Amino acid sequence: MNAISSPHAHGARPVGRVMLLVMLALAPATLAGFWHFGWPAITLWCVTILTAIGAEAFCARLADRPAAPMVADGSAILTGWLLAMSLPPWAPWWIGAVGAVFAVVVCKHAFGGLGQNLFNPAMAARVMLLISFPVEMTQWVAPHAANLASGLDPLAGLALTFGGSAPDAVTSASLLGHVKAEASRGLTLSQSLTGHWDLFGFGLGQRAGSLGETSALLIAGGGLFLILQRVIGIRIPAAFLLGVALPAALAHFLAPDRYLPPLTHLLSGGVMLGAFFIATDYVTSPSTPRGQWIFGLGCGLLTWIIRSWGAYPEGVAFAVLLMNAAVPLIDRATRPRIFGRRRDGRSLTAP
Amino acid sequence: MLSTTAPARSALRRLLQRWGAHPEGRKHPAAGTEITVLPLPPQLILPLAQHIGAPARPLVIAGQRVLRGELLAEAQGAISAPLHAPTSGVVLGIADVPVPHASGLSGAAIVLEPDGLDEAIPIEQSDPFTMEPAEISRRVAAAGVVGMGGATFPAAVKLALGQKNRIPTLILNGGECEPYLSCDDRLMRERAPEVVDGARIILRAIGGDHAMIGVENNKPEAIAALRAAAADFAEVEVVPVPSRYPMGSEKQLIAWLTGREIPAEGRSADIGAMVQNVGTAAAIHRAIRFGEPLTRRIVTVSGGAIRTPRNLEVRIGTPISALVEFCGGTTAPVARWVMGGPMMGLSIQSLDIPIIKGSGGLLALVESELATRPEPGPCIRCASCVSACPIGLVPLEMAALIRSGDLKASVEIGLKDCIGCGTCSFVCPSQIPLVQYFNHAKGELAAQDRGKMKQDAIRQLVEARDARMEREAREKAEAAARRKAERERAKAASLTSKAASAAPARNADSPAITTEETTA
Repeated sequence: MNAISSPHAHGARPVGRVMLLVMLALAPATLAGFWHFGWPAITLWCVTILTAIGAEAFCARLADRPAAPMVADGSAILTGWLLAMSLPPWAPWWIGAVGAVFAVVVCKHAFGGLGQNLFNPAMAARVMLLISFPVEMTQWVAPHAANLASGLDPLAGLALTFGGSAPDAVTSASLLGHVKAEASRGLTLSQSLTGHWDLFGFGLGQRAGSLGETSALLIAGGGLFLILQRVIGIRIPAAFLLGVALPAALAHFLAPDRYLPPLTHLLSGGVMLGAFFIATDYVTSPSTPRGQWIFGLGCGLLTWIIRSWGAYPEGVAFAVLLMNAAVPLIDRATRPRIFGRRRDGRSLTAP
Repeated sequence: MLSTTAPARSALRRLLQRWGAHPEGRKHPAAGTEITVLPLPPQLILPLAQHIGAPARPLVIAGQRVLRGELLAEAQGAISAPLHAPTSGVVLGIADVPVPHASGLSGAAIVLEPDGLDEAIPIEQSDPFTMEPAEISRRVAAAGVVGMGGATFPAAVKLALGQKNRIPTLILNGGECEPYLSCDDRLMRERAPEVVDGARIILRAIGGDHAMIGVENNKPEAIAALRAAAADFAEVEVVPVPSRYPMGSEKQLIAWLTGREIPAEGRSADIGAMVQNVGTAAAIHRAIRFGEPLTRRIVTVSGGAIRTPRNLEVRIGTPISALVEFCGGTTAPVARWVMGGPMMGLSIQSLDIPIIKGSGGLLALVESELATRPEPGPCIRCASCVSACPIGLVPLEMAALIRSGDLKASVEIGLKDCIGCGTCSFVCPSQIPLVQYFNHAKGELAAQDRGKMKQDAIRQLVEARDARMEREAREKAEAAARRKAERERAKAASLTSKAASAAPARNADSPAITTEETTA
């Protein structure tokens, strides 16, 4: 039977093109990361992405399906890329490799492949790595000592990523880690922040932190590009940023020496990457408009709570995973009102 | 009137509405060419079922000569429409021919051979504004006018609805939101007075006081022409609406123009509105003013493979091959023939299929226009379908439920509210045939309902039979017991009265026994 159903036209960007646009949006922040953290960062990025592709091909083989088209949709590359962005730039190669395998095999294909996973693969892998390898996952380098010009040459970079560990001289603390450590020593914010606050440098990524998270402004720029291209909506990023900024502003207003100001929160750690690139992942975020607001606000609020009162200095990954788990519930509770019906599903009546 | 006095709240709500899609218009070059009359084809094929409702019943026999406008088949049933001869000629017979229907099956049709004279039955001109509303709908019914936008619902049935309910607002649908199609556009540009007059006639028929002609703002010439034609009539207003698919859907157009939603379990009359297509209005104008039945329509012939896309005025029953030939044939391999628009049209397999009352377009699409990929990809939950659905459904979830066979759950989240517009399928980056799932599921549900009704009927019959058998058995047993008692009584009586006289006692008892025996 040769029944062809309407519509006889299609207007959407194919999935592969969507992934490509996301990668394009990630490129500036990634290049900035390469500049600031030098050859080890480039090596780690390559290892992570190549492993993700390999893992995807392996899973395709397991499922008896051709590997090439599955890899070609770009979703595994993107998963590897996002994971690499969230890793310490001088982490050893196996951190990226183990994380990528975990993200693709366990977090994605074990759930049924593209579109089926409950948790964001990159964030689940990051959390797994953080819990399993806390030392490797919290060693940061200072960008001025590590950048492409003054840092290691390519060979030394390879040697570092595949062999040794970062020399102590160039390690540094991330801002959030520093604040948490100082707070535990009883210092107030104004004491611990002295000499650590440089908005411009922050925006471009001149500070210790994850490979692709430090240049907050470049990430936000990429995110805005995606919104303008209508690849992502504005609801989740806006709600995420509000979810962080509102409680941060309130707390900072009430106790300025105990809580960081909202702008510091927004520009540090993984908030920008989380708001524009992680929480907006189609598969693991709600599909209803109201659900997207709730999801974004929840991610932001949880991030701020974990940062302010949790044991970990950074909370984006945890917050996103927690909200991922709530997505089916949110979707169910926030279905749009159906035309001609009231919210409770009963038909409107004639006036 | 409503659109200008609408409160700011409703203006804001319109602004925030994000449903729908913006398919490439592709209206040109067809939209730029004047309506051309297609010459008479050698044969006309007139399916008896060109409308929603019962098929018409043929009144002619093979060999009979008919004139243009003569009744060929009469309406049967409450919802039906008659069929008239589009030209003069000889009826060749009633045959089983391929018809434009989703099933691809054939149907009964009257085949007419034109004699080229195009002789018409005498026509009577009349003034609708001296006519009773009921008389208007009677004449519209007699002229076989049906919804020309594609729905083909008998127009007179709608008009009669207006005589039963208070319907102040008439909305003429000039949306034409389907890509490629420009038949309504050309009609509004070239015959605006007919459309406006049709609107006024309908208003009179339904007792309405205000008509709004909603036209998508990508047709400025049509808007200008209609405004000029409606300048003298305060009750007719031309309102531009945004170009967005499916703006031409009844529910969306009413909501946009009046701010009111048709209740999910109601119809447009419940909110005091009625929608008719602009083509239907023009057809009603001709039916009432000139007594001319519906025997022709405007068809857009377009698509990447057509040499000269254009709008043709075509006799109903013309095989589509004649239209294609007139437009210079095809210049590229045709990947798909479509009757109607690309969003909701019908894929057809044969060029022998005739143009019927609801055919507004004939498209010869090339591969690149279809933009299909070989196989649907997995759903990535991008929610494009959710924001596009004009009804507020969550198509991805409904499709997942249908795939897993849970029709009941898909109904609970709104399957029956789906209008089948296909916007979800259009915007899906994985090209999942969402609307196909929904149409399939609706068909499945209808079949289940029919099956259930059948089962219920059988169960009732069986129960009735069981009850009857039981009752009969009971009555039999009771009768037997009674007879036994009677016999014993009779025996006892005869024993006691034996000595005296046997005959009178026997006579007195016998009628009762006979009666009981007949009942048993």
